[in-house]
Amino acid sequence: MFYREAGDFKTSYVEDSQTFPLRLDRRAYYVLLAVAFGVVPLFINDYWANAVFVPFLIYAIAALGLNILTGYCGQVSLGTGGFMAVGAYSVYKLMTAFPDVSIVIHILLAGLITAGVGLLFGLPSLRIKGFYLAVATLAAQFFLVWLFNKVPWFYNYSASGQISAPERTVLGHAVTGPNTTAAAKYLICLTLLFALAWLARNLTRGAFGRKWMAIRDMDIAAEIIGVNPLTAKLSAFAVSSFYIGVAGALLFSVYLGAAEVGEAFGIQKSFLVLFMVIIGGLGSIFGSFAGAAFMVLLPVLLKNVLVGQLGWATDLAAHIELMIVGGLIVTFLIVEPHGLAQLWRLTKEKLRLWPFPH
Amino acid sequence: MPEQMLFATEAALNGLMAGVMYSLVALGFVLIFKASGIFNYAQGVMALFAALTLVGIQTGQIPFSHLINAIFGTDLHHFGWELPAIVAIVLTGLVMILLAVLIERIVLKHLINQEPIILFMATIGLAYFLEGFGDLMWGSDIKKLDVGLPQGINETIDRVTYDAFGYGFFIDNLDIVATVVAGLLVLTLSLFSQYTKYGRALRAVADDHQAALSVGISLRFIWILVWSIAGIVALVAGIMWGAKSGVQFSLSLIALKALPVLMLGGFTSIPGAIVGGLIIGMGEKLFEFFVGPMIGGATENWFAYVLALVFLVFRPQGLFGERIIERV
Repeated sequence: MFYREAGDFKTSYVEDSQTFPLRLDRRAYYVLLAVAFGVVPLFINDYWANAVFVPFLIYAIAALGLNILTGYCGQVSLGTGGFMAVGAYSVYKLMTAFPDVSIVIHILLAGLITAGVGLLFGLPSLRIKGFYLAVATLAAQFFLVWLFNKVPWFYNYSASGQISAPERTVLGHAVTGPNTTAAAKYLICLTLLFALAWLARNLTRGAFGRKWMAIRDMDIAAEIIGVNPLTAKLSAFAVSSFYIGVAGALLFSVYLGAAEVGEAFGIQKSFLVLFMVIIGGLGSIFGSFAGAAFMVLLPVLLKNVLVGQLGWATDLAAHIELMIVGGLIVTFLIVEPHGLAQLWRLTKEKLRLWPFPH
Repeated sequence: MPEQMLFATEAALNGLMAGVMYSLVALGFVLIFKASGIFNYAQGVMALFAALTLVGIQTGQIPFSHLINAIFGTDLHHFGWELPAIVAIVLTGLVMILLAVLIERIVLKHLINQEPIILFMATIGLAYFLEGFGDLMWGSDIKKLDVGLPQGINETIDRVTYDAFGYGFFIDNLDIVATVVAGLLVLTLSLFSQYTKYGRALRAVADDHQAALSVGISLRFIWILVWSIAGIVALVAGIMWGAKSGVQFSLSLIALKALPVLMLGGFTSIPGAIVGGLIIGMGEKLFEFFVGPMIGGATENWFAYVLALVFLVFRPQGLFGERIIERV
């Protein structure tokens, strides 16, 4: 009854092409932003930050990145974990080499370095497609993890082979290291996510996004109508890797604090982010958020119910979690291949007509 | 022969044997891909599941005992019998066929006409599900698989090579058995697809789904058939790998080892799977032998992928794959 475009008149092209054309949507979005930036940091504690909010924000960035590559440009990548490792090790090297420079600049630079590495591993996409490419990106995954494991320069010759983040501050508040408050962790991730999501939304609406989608839908046809596959594919790889690199840098420096490459950035990470994108919805910005939220919340929920309520052993709960995740992936692909984002879209369509559908 | 050459030859021989093991897994992929165009990521987990089931049946474990114990507070674990290896293998084979039927009924039937990449991701989901299911059913502790295969160094080869070159080659008996079994498996599969009615139907489906349907071949039956065969191949691979390194989670990672083999050999070719496996197996052992010590070792994890990647840039369809023709 309230959710409809009737009476919402557009008087300029700018208004007509905005991201949230409905007034209600727009207001909900501003309220959400206000709550996320203004209210949540006041009440957040360590448990909520570490179990739910910070991982959600970080994985949302990674999912955005993979969604640009897989959902918008149609290039399936299984190298996400490896690229996240590049981000993490770049930020570590930068943090320890230039301690006076702001951590935000380091994180963005780590993203750029990852973009360069992604570009390199994206080159084969010009020759090979589909599964072949998916398997080729596995080469990136295994090679990068091996590299960070074997070359001591990357972990500053530390005896344990681990990297750990020293304390760095933004505007006087510690954001990495043991003295970080939950609110500081949350806010730095949220700010970066907000900026990157805004960028992603506008990139995918613009010329770049249209080129990517043309390549995804049929690359030969796209080439015939004048889309250069070289620039389109490589730009998708670069932008996607930038996002994933930033996510990896945040995951290591803000969330984990210390990391060992095989454990933190193994092949499981690649699949986790891929699942987020599938469940959330391929080719949708909202889907990246929904998928990340789903995959972060599901284990927490299952753990609370199975271990906390029923008192089962943790390994048993872990097995059931695997089954549920796998079953959900299959169910989603059968029932709704476009994921949670499509369900949301359908709900909105229904709401527009509610309560008089005829 | 100089000593370096001898060591290299030994590494190459061992690589060939390891390659056979990769081929065993790759074979399962190729079978399913040819018949249904599905790239079955779950093949490795199927091998793990088969091995778990085999051990479980052989040692008389009670399925889901962990779950039952957790819910009802009981303390079940074993039926208290031991089955002969051959009976357990046959029973596990039946379980794999049942699994194939269930996968077709529950998953594949609903995904007909979807894009290949959607099917691929569905098999990733399937892999997760099966992994959790197998662990839930039989427990996730490392199990020892013993179906009476010979193990350890082959004394004859050791002695003969010692007499000939003054240095005894170390070749594992199990690898020799695996080579023989893989050879037999390939022979049986080629005879089956050349000379039996269902084998011909299989090849018809692989050539053209619609044409096969129009001459009265049941696609669904063929899919069940081919997933069953892939299940049996997974069982064989599971036995070989399980006997080699114990039945545990890492067994499912052999799927990741088989992927570059497939890329090299081509997704649609059975001989390609074998030759690709041999090249990768030998290549990674020799690379580790000659170059590994210079750059820190443990290159086996990625060498196969990089080799396949470089190769693909020059020949995108693999060694034996069908030429890819694309039209708008």
